[in-house]
Amino acid sequence: MKKLINDPADVVKEALLGIEAAHRDRVRVDHENRIVYRADAPVQGKVGLISGGGSGHEPMHGGFVGLGMLDAACAGEVFTSPVPDQMMAATKGVDGGAGVLHIVKNYTGDVMNFEMAAEMAAADAGTEVLSVVTDDDVAVQDSLYTAGRRGVGVTVLLEKIVGAAAEEGRPLAEVADLARRVNDHGRSMGMALTSCTVPSAGKPTFDLSETDMELGVGIHGEPGRQRLPVAPAKDVAALLVDPVLQDLPYGQGDSVIAFVNGMGGTPLIELYIMFHEVSQLLEKAGVTVARSLVGSYITSLEMAGCSVTLLKADDELVRLWDAPVNTPGLRWGV
Amino acid sequence: MAVDVRGLTGWLRAFADSISEHAAELTQLDAAIGDADHGTNMKRGMQAVTTMLDDSEFETADALLKKVGMTLVSSVGGASGPLYGTFFLRAGTALADTTEIDAADFGAALRAGVEGMVARGKAELGDKTLYDAWAPALTAYDDAGADGDLGAALAAAAAAAARGRDETTPMVARKGRASYLGERSAGHQDPGATSTTLLLESAAASLG
Repeated sequence: MKKLINDPADVVKEALLGIEAAHRDRVRVDHENRIVYRADAPVQGKVGLISGGGSGHEPMHGGFVGLGMLDAACAGEVFTSPVPDQMMAATKGVDGGAGVLHIVKNYTGDVMNFEMAAEMAAADAGTEVLSVVTDDDVAVQDSLYTAGRRGVGVTVLLEKIVGAAAEEGRPLAEVADLARRVNDHGRSMGMALTSCTVPSAGKPTFDLSETDMELGVGIHGEPGRQRLPVAPAKDVAALLVDPVLQDLPYGQGDSVIAFVNGMGGTPLIELYIMFHEVSQLLEKAGVTVARSLVGSYITSLEMAGCSVTLLKADDELVRLWDAPVNTPGLRWGV
Repeated sequence: MAVDVRGLTGWLRAFADSISEHAAELTQLDAAIGDADHGTNMKRGMQAVTTMLDDSEFETADALLKKVGMTLVSSVGGASGPLYGTFFLRAGTALADTTEIDAADFGAALRAGVEGMVARGKAELGDKTLYDAWAPALTAYDDAGADGDLGAALAAAAAAAARGRDETTPMVARKGRASYLGERSAGHQDPGATSTTLLLESAAASLG
């Protein structure tokens, strides 16, 4: 294992120190509870948005804390959900009197820990909490016999859009409804060229030969749905876009926010090649790209590969997408 | 033979040692079908429990097991934290007001703990989860412990858990991260059923 770390046991702790040192204009860090807060949290009268999850997906979620996006993010160990104590502390820390929304990716551990946190919050009878679970990964086909679809790329788009709505001062129920609408209208599919290495494990999570790729991966180095020989970008783009298009379905005349995401180990030049292929396929399908995002925003450590997320977008979603955002990971309009 | 708070503490320490010893193996099993963290997480959690035991005195089994549950919930994360945490919280509740725990009391506590976990994780038999080790273990415990022999009950439970653990290997996972693999999850032993077996083997060795 070759990594720029000091000790595998200190990876999350030291990364949070770095986030604080680099971005203290926008965020502050509670190191004891491993929470990244917006610098001015709690914002009075605004619905507080918190998310969280295992670390190793940076910039998600800590990099999406700031004006127009999250109020706090709880960092778990690498690829391990944070614990209810952290979510309880974050909920309290962002409560500006308008309630708190938990944004949870659909993974067994994340859902259970956020559920326990919500139960404890209810028992405390303090803050009003609603939860939204993202589950946009079309690689998981049969939700009846699995833990359900995984929350992946749409989580990034949702945090941006819902963050803008909360910033406008909308009430909790409305913010939660919007979050569900974004999740319902978004679909993703990912692939990997290499595995990743969890620092504490010290070796690659799965074996993938030089000539193979893994289709339908999530964001934890878990093996995907199918192993195929590596193929040109245009073929990979079709393998990702087709199932996404078929699933919603999107069609002629629809407008989307198109997001090509890097898994952590793929250079931007390749992501742009992929975006070109994706946009060609969308044009062929009669789907208009209203807005786009290209880069590594929801990653799986150093895994090479990418995912494609399409979010069917109406005027309201596009307007909220365009609203100002000022976080370490996304910044425009400010 | 009845068990008291000291006996339970011995069991928890034995489980912590066993987890520590098998952490790499648990993580390896998890890497095959999950996310390669079960051993690391359980080790961190049981180390937290050990530290907590070093620093605390408990009058009742109820208070002890509840504290163990909260410690695991707060330190493990993932799915194992809420599942193991819920197990100890519910088992503790079932032992409220019991100081001398006999075989029937202990069996009732195990069952209450498992019911709590099942409610939290919504697992069914055959889903390739820790419940596939727990379900046969509870049945074996009740059969072998019917005449009040705690040692025999725990030995039978541990052996049944091990068989249940082995039987998870050919199963296709329907819960947790392994379920995303579908048919490809077959051929791998479930990490949660493996750590469950360690928990019961520790109980048989230290309480039996």
